[in-house]
Amino acid sequence: MSKKLLRRTGLLAVTLAAGIFTGAQAAETIKIGSFLSVTGPASFLGDPELKTLRMYVDKINEDGGVLGRQLELIHYDDEGSASSARNYASRLVRSDRVDIIVGGSTTGATMAAVPLIEQSQTPFLSLAGAVVIADPVKKWVFKVPQSDRMAAERVLTDMKERGFTKIGLISGTGGFGRSGREQTLAMAESMGMEVVEDVTYSPSDTDMTAQLTGIRNNSEVDAVFNFGFGQSPAIVTRNYAQLGIELPFYQSHGVASNSFLDLAGDAANGLRLPASPLLVPDSLPENDPQKPVVQSYKEAYEARWDESVSTFGAYAYDGLQLAVAALEKAGSTDREAVRKALESIQGHVGVTGTYNMSPEDHNGLNADSFRILEVVDGDWKLIE
Amino acid sequence: MLKSLLHNRLSGLLLLAIVIFVLPVFFNNPFHYDMATQIAIYATTVVGLNLLVGFAGQISLGHAGFFGVGAYFSAIMTGVYGWPPVITLLLGAVLVGFLAFVVGRPILRLKGYYLSMATLALGFIIAIIINNEGWLTGGPDGMPVPSLSVFGWELSTFSSYSFLGMTISGSLAWYWLAGVLLLLGVWLAQNLIDSPIGRALRSVHGSEVAASVVGVDTARFKNLVFVISAVYASLMGSLYAHFQGFITPDIAGFMESIILVTMVVLGGMGSTIGVILGAVLLTLLPQLLADFHEYEMMMFGLILMLTMIFMPKGLLPTTQRFIRSRLSKKKGEQA
Amino acid sequence: MFAEFLQYLFTGITIGATYALIALGFTLIYNASHVINFAQGEFLMIGGMATVSLIGLGFPLPVAMLGAILLAAVMGIALQRFAIAPAKQADPVTLIIITIGASIFIRGIAQLVWGRGYHSMPNFSGNEPVNIGGAVVSTQTFWVLGVAAVLVAALVLFFTRTMIGKAILATSMNKVAARLVGIRTEMVLMLAFLLSAVLGSIAGIIVAPITFTSYDIGIILGLKGFVAASLGGLGSGMGAIVGGLLLGVVEAMTAGYISSDYKDAVAFGMIILVLFFMPRGLMGARVVERV
Repeated sequence: MSKKLLRRTGLLAVTLAAGIFTGAQAAETIKIGSFLSVTGPASFLGDPELKTLRMYVDKINEDGGVLGRQLELIHYDDEGSASSARNYASRLVRSDRVDIIVGGSTTGATMAAVPLIEQSQTPFLSLAGAVVIADPVKKWVFKVPQSDRMAAERVLTDMKERGFTKIGLISGTGGFGRSGREQTLAMAESMGMEVVEDVTYSPSDTDMTAQLTGIRNNSEVDAVFNFGFGQSPAIVTRNYAQLGIELPFYQSHGVASNSFLDLAGDAANGLRLPASPLLVPDSLPENDPQKPVVQSYKEAYEARWDESVSTFGAYAYDGLQLAVAALEKAGSTDREAVRKALESIQGHVGVTGTYNMSPEDHNGLNADSFRILEVVDGDWKLIE
Repeated sequence: MLKSLLHNRLSGLLLLAIVIFVLPVFFNNPFHYDMATQIAIYATTVVGLNLLVGFAGQISLGHAGFFGVGAYFSAIMTGVYGWPPVITLLLGAVLVGFLAFVVGRPILRLKGYYLSMATLALGFIIAIIINNEGWLTGGPDGMPVPSLSVFGWELSTFSSYSFLGMTISGSLAWYWLAGVLLLLGVWLAQNLIDSPIGRALRSVHGSEVAASVVGVDTARFKNLVFVISAVYASLMGSLYAHFQGFITPDIAGFMESIILVTMVVLGGMGSTIGVILGAVLLTLLPQLLADFHEYEMMMFGLILMLTMIFMPKGLLPTTQRFIRSRLSKKKGEQA
Repeated sequence: MFAEFLQYLFTGITIGATYALIALGFTLIYNASHVINFAQGEFLMIGGMATVSLIGLGFPLPVAMLGAILLAAVMGIALQRFAIAPAKQADPVTLIIITIGASIFIRGIAQLVWGRGYHSMPNFSGNEPVNIGGAVVSTQTFWVLGVAAVLVAALVLFFTRTMIGKAILATSMNKVAARLVGIRTEMVLMLAFLLSAVLGSIAGIIVAPITFTSYDIGIILGLKGFVAASLGGLGSGMGAIVGGLLLGVVEAMTAGYISSDYKDAVAFGMIILVLFFMPRGLMGARVVERV
């Protein structure tokens, strides 16, 4: 009796386990796959990205879907781990058999999934920013955000225009910060500027006074640049004000969200950063093609989730819209057709910028898509 | 017969071999092979860790550090310097073994929680170095790893191979490789356990003072098992790197170390087959809970807590005991 | 030069005081039950997050703080009753895994209830920093140091002057003997967890204005607290304080003078070195090992 029971239970367990793995075969939906860092150290990126995707997939479905078919969003949380990201990408491609993927909050997650994406020939829109994602160009990988090189370029250009050439750099040791630091160093050299102080902090640090003191004590520094995201730049900003450092202060696009202002408070006043016009839709001139797109995204997101928009959520919005545009252009979910359609997208007005893709440029943006914003009286102000 | 099945060590190995051989019947797509291969790699790693934590009773909270060094060593040597992967796998193991030997002597003098603290610190230091030296390791964004190749013949999940007239996918081939290595790892571990070394280890676990009183060189044996478990981890780390094709510093991190120890404890400390079960569960659980989305973290923590509270000896030993008591009860009733 | 040193010193002792409070929490529980509670950091998190959300619901700061401390106290008792007590004589490693499972569980609920964002708490006495010998210090630092000192003093009084405190000490020295003289050891264990939770949550509240708070700050801070407790010697209250302050100062000095990249590595390296020469931590008691 016990032998039989054992065998039956074993069979049941295995069948259950196997059954859970077979993805549900829904009728005729277009499957959009996504792996995002919803929890973990990169949740600042993944959380708004997921919210945006869910919101807009629902919206698009309400409006009739794409090509007469409903969209189905299959999403997983990689918790900020690149190995998990690769596993979920594998699951999306091989088990769930999605038609297109919009995801990869971090560069590590994206790059880990790239070999699989290329081999399985799945169109992939990455939401991560490092240069290496689209340069060298990979056939099936497209990038939605501007690269960190563009952010560095934009900031350094603004600094140079204002007459500052010697920079104090403080960056996080996570992927975003580290990559940003490298790009800043390279960009500074090519623009004839110099990084005279270079300090770092760990993303889990709670006080950057020690590092900033080093910058303050270096009399050569003209201007300070902080490359990081999450709560760390807010801590840096507060420490900066506390130490009474009077030098011009720049942040990266990683802080382009109202939650940064909430955290940093008055200390943020006077700092500049490169950002999409998402934070200042009303300051855009009436004839700016981005204005309606940005305004509608901001209103819809804030109404639905009762929290401020973030640059990162906007990446997901643009990624989804690009995917939908490509599907419609291709007229089917045939992967090669969709890929070609993505490559030929021109003049697509998104929140992050206006996209002009090509076979050589799978990002479609340049440094001008960044506007320079300044924080004035606790709010964002468009400078140029 | 079932009773003897539960006792016999060789039967455990045989059962495992059968399971590994039969499992592909249930696989529908390459993703299943993917997961199974990773489970096998982690299982082999924890079979090694079990020797240290389960048998010798030494708490190590930094084991992923060795895994990471093995992975990065192989990745860097094959990727940047073009060495053959088989060499880097073995050389990495030697390197890690040496590292463990050097570090092990002083660290293993510590007891209990202090030992766990020191191993934790070691793991952290390794992870920080990997993260910071981006020029070598690619930094926090990670680095790509070339696939495993032996004399020019490449083993990749993306290729297909022909073997005895059949086409075998790369995923299946990798699965076989990982499965065979797992069996090998288990066999080695079981032999070690049944040898004088194993008995010495168990005496250390039971009472270190008593063991040294009867003449067991506790320091030497602790160091030995530390090195062996580190070598297991390094080999598997290198293999993992070539399998995944891309690695990031968090494979050497604190969280990974905790997951490894949890696999050992969950599956059953001191039970070689048990820890494999632990590896299976802990790798599959996030996948199974993935559909619960925001409840995933909460449920994972709850399952972990409840399992450890109600099955403190681990899953397999508790189940074995349960079955055994049921069987003897039946026998009592029949008599 | 000196101003720089002072700056680093103040940064160090501020975060060091936080580590010290968490380490004290570890020590309390370890003393009473020989368990290392890896969920200690979550008490800190609950202190900060609950206060923020209660403030958001409209409660004044003191009421919100009280509510948060109460919530943490309840969690502490629940942890002891439902997670630790049922495990009885489990292996130390098993207990570690249980507390880790508990911390993941608590964090999972926290992110459901409070979301995943970061939240700020206003400084207790305004944003104007104070200038001391050239170093710029936030007023919150003084709150952290002051409250920590008061808590430590209170704990010392509690353990040396009150019956209950002595009962806890007695239980930690010899559980069976304590029971024989009539001490209700189950109550003592619960009390230890309760105290530890209260300690952790207060630490979380006073430090939140400096560090911000979110559902996952407990992980790293809890870990650092464990490091500090081990450094000072598990089971020694003085050791926990010394360990915490030392860890914080070493981190700050390394970040300022040597390399900010490796400040954590240096701190960890220091721990290993200390443990080599003093295998039971700086002030760890010489324990007689029973065979």
